[in-house]
Amino acid sequence: MGAKKENNDDEMDEKVKKYLRGEAANLEGLKDKKLKGQLAVREDLYGKSAKTAAKIEKWLLPSEGGYLEAEGIEKTWRIKQESIAREIDISSSKNQYDIVLPELGPYTLDFTSNGRYMAAAGRKGHLAIVDMKTLNLIKEIQVKETVRDVVYLHNELFFAVAQKKYPYIYNRDGTELHCLKEHGAVLRLQFLKNHFLLASINKFGQLHYQDVTMGEMVGNFRTGLGRTDVMQVNPFNGVVALGHSSGTVTMWKPTSSVPLVKMLCHPGPVSSLAFHPNGHLMATSGKENKIKIWDLRKFEVIQTMPGHAKTLNFSQKGLLAAGTGSFIKVLADFSGSQNYNSYMTHSMAKGYQVGKVLFRPYEDVLGIGHSMGWSSILIPGSGEPNFDSWVANPFETSKQRREKEVHSLLDKLPPETIMLDPTKVGTVRAPQKKEKPTKKEIEAEMEAAIETAKNTDFKKKTKGRNKPSKRAKKRQEMIERAKKPLLEQQIQEHETSRKKQKTNPEIEMPKSLQRFVRQKAP
Amino acid sequence: MKVKVISRSTDEFTRERSQDLQRVFRNFDPSLRSQEKAVEYVRALNAAKLDKIFARPFIGAMDGHRDSIKCMAKNPNYLKAIFSGSDDGDIRLWDLASRRTVCQFPGHQGAVQGLTVSTDGSILVSCGSDCTVRLWNVPDANLADSDILSDNSAKPVAVYVWKNAFRAVDHQWDGDLFATAGAQVDIWNHNRSQPVNTFDWGADTTISVRFNPGEPNILATSANDRSITLYDLRMSSPARKVIMRTKTNSIAWNPMEPMNFTAANEDCNCYSYDARKLEEAKCVHKDHVSAVMDIDFSPTGREFVTGSYDRTVRIFQYNGGHSREIYHTKRMQRVFCVKYSCDASYVISGSDDTNLRLWKAKASEQLGVVLPRERKKHEYLEAVKNRYKHLPEVKRIVRHRHLPRPVYKAANLRRTMIEAERRKEQRRKAHSAPGSIVTEPVRKRRIIKEVE
Repeated sequence: MGAKKENNDDEMDEKVKKYLRGEAANLEGLKDKKLKGQLAVREDLYGKSAKTAAKIEKWLLPSEGGYLEAEGIEKTWRIKQESIAREIDISSSKNQYDIVLPELGPYTLDFTSNGRYMAAAGRKGHLAIVDMKTLNLIKEIQVKETVRDVVYLHNELFFAVAQKKYPYIYNRDGTELHCLKEHGAVLRLQFLKNHFLLASINKFGQLHYQDVTMGEMVGNFRTGLGRTDVMQVNPFNGVVALGHSSGTVTMWKPTSSVPLVKMLCHPGPVSSLAFHPNGHLMATSGKENKIKIWDLRKFEVIQTMPGHAKTLNFSQKGLLAAGTGSFIKVLADFSGSQNYNSYMTHSMAKGYQVGKVLFRPYEDVLGIGHSMGWSSILIPGSGEPNFDSWVANPFETSKQRREKEVHSLLDKLPPETIMLDPTKVGTVRAPQKKEKPTKKEIEAEMEAAIETAKNTDFKKKTKGRNKPSKRAKKRQEMIERAKKPLLEQQIQEHETSRKKQKTNPEIEMPKSLQRFVRQKAP
Repeated sequence: MKVKVISRSTDEFTRERSQDLQRVFRNFDPSLRSQEKAVEYVRALNAAKLDKIFARPFIGAMDGHRDSIKCMAKNPNYLKAIFSGSDDGDIRLWDLASRRTVCQFPGHQGAVQGLTVSTDGSILVSCGSDCTVRLWNVPDANLADSDILSDNSAKPVAVYVWKNAFRAVDHQWDGDLFATAGAQVDIWNHNRSQPVNTFDWGADTTISVRFNPGEPNILATSANDRSITLYDLRMSSPARKVIMRTKTNSIAWNPMEPMNFTAANEDCNCYSYDARKLEEAKCVHKDHVSAVMDIDFSPTGREFVTGSYDRTVRIFQYNGGHSREIYHTKRMQRVFCVKYSCDASYVISGSDDTNLRLWKAKASEQLGVVLPRERKKHEYLEAVKNRYKHLPEVKRIVRHRHLPRPVYKAANLRRTMIEAERRKEQRRKAHSAPGSIVTEPVRKRRIIKEVE
């Protein structure tokens, strides 16, 4: 009984921690008593609200997440879709299907943020919009042009399509609304829904950001790293990551023309990348048969796994899907130790080339775009079971959608709020005091400089210039040269302190008598 | 194998009938909302801007008096009523909702200097420079609602003539005594034509008097000799007195913390005192650029309103050094009296230009019925704004007020003068023997001495 209670408390603590959003402020050193009191009250309130939220999560949420558990000698990754289909209800098994459209060639997909609608785009110009709840085809158009990517804008009414020469924006009825000529021949599109920015990377490696509300071009940057079609937005902070053929991954924000981060992830080309929804993990795959998982807080690799991946995607609950050829592997980390293990696998019919895998939000469904159409399989435990009506509502009515559009436009974030650590918004930078190096540190620095000067190797010079005396002299010179700036600094400090002393006459004298102190001869 | 997948039936998540409300599901998981801090900040910024857009504090002017308005009194029993007395001896009862005179009280020969209403709201006491105290029956509230406006003039219940002109009057909060201020402080009973008690301390005229809301027998007065005096009716002599460098024009007790009062001073500042500790002010409220003429606390005790000779009305927090709001119009002249309405949502000012003006206490507040959802939204925006108020962008928008040019210039001048004084003081200190010059805090500097 006691152990159970303790276990319960631990679970609760874990949940509270999630809602606290970081450590409480340290009020120990605060001298202002009034402020301290006010802040203590605030912190108390935060704690209470976190506790309430945790309780709500424990008791009040309507649905529970999916799961797949193996019994006996079964292994979860050997369980086939057919055997899952036998165990579940009919409405869920509707989500397992293959749509075969062999003519209009490799398909790519995108879901709306509430997971209700899907846009599928075939390479040969076929665009289809499907209501995933009823599985009705809402609209189908043929643009008669190469289509490389499709992405939904803020709701299901608008979507952008990267076509042969330019990206276009269509509405749900298939009417062309805009042709975004400035972007050029775009390979990948991404939409930042908090900022209403459409980001694109074109054939020449140019990254464009366009505000879709006002049509203003917010940023236009040359990456200078060549053509790439690996691009992903980090949903946590809005930073766009690009994977390049040199094996580097660069991260961009619309207000700077140089990347925020440039990291060498693979020795060969980066074939795909994906972000965990909490923003702390990134998965990359390289052509050299490696999938790596990175910690974005430290920019360190956490885990390296062998395997190709043409496409990667993280689900809301943190499952990682990797697709290559006609084979799909789903990795999971249920222990929380950031150690991804194989969870489920799925093989398509031979000859299908998987182009895109994408988890459907708020459902246990993985959408697959491949060379012969698109498919959908069930991955239990991948989606968030409880949606929030004010964030993304799969059962949204048109009135609610309209209202939400207005509210999200009112809350549109300016592009400046895209940064690596979004919790920095609304904080004040602490005054940076420049610490003066102590005498010991200066000495140590000098010592080190001399040491490096002593240990440098000389090139072999021609006869006569390579004599031991010459070499010793040269070495001595180098040591002097290394010492010089540090000595100069010391002298300067000495001077300033002497000047200070001059202005401050004898300290022991009373103030009224200080003017009678004899001035020292200069 | 145990397996479960998410499966939502449409019936569970949508409404049954079209008359039902849409069902709302919440999940407070932070990972569903990306960049929530930035979104909050943008909301705070937008709320601050919207507040500025919707700031329309002026509701209307009440015209009718023929001379400048000297004093006002609110009826504690009736929210819509306000009494005003003017320099030509005219007293009027106004209906704030329709902004019309309901009733007039003719009789005073000179200026009406003080007005007060008994706590039960039945008796109006007025006093003036014609050396009389008049008691009036307050007309019924129903009459105020009726439309008969012709010949609504009341007759006084009693007229008491006394030796000297009066400057102010205030009624006890609990009891039927009232105090008048003039050459001395007189305590009156409703039924007697002569004061029941008289206090005198110092030779000069007393100019304002206020009873303590908590302790009915304690009152504070201020006099022309720059003193603030506390009296206890149970004692035969005044209790305590503090002498400041400049005259105090008016006093208001904090109704929620009845030991504290705030004094409106001639030197443009208001000083909050603890009545038990008069050697130091608790807080100095600066911002006016000319003498503060009148002050009144909100019934919540969190805010007070001041009217000043610089033709502006300001609202201060009870513990804030600077005003949170300034009201002015082109036509408003020197403000002699201000009142906070009994529901803490309106402010009434009476000024030299013979008008009473009705203002909202919160400039951008929505008048009329606010639906619960709307109110929640307002509360949320208020909280968000409060959270980010220290950030430069939000702060700039929230703090910005358009000032009339003379006030703006006078404020600049005042700032320069204060700064120069401070610098001079610093230099003097630097060139004197250490410890010989002590800088006193502003809370103490304007106080000359405290007398028991």
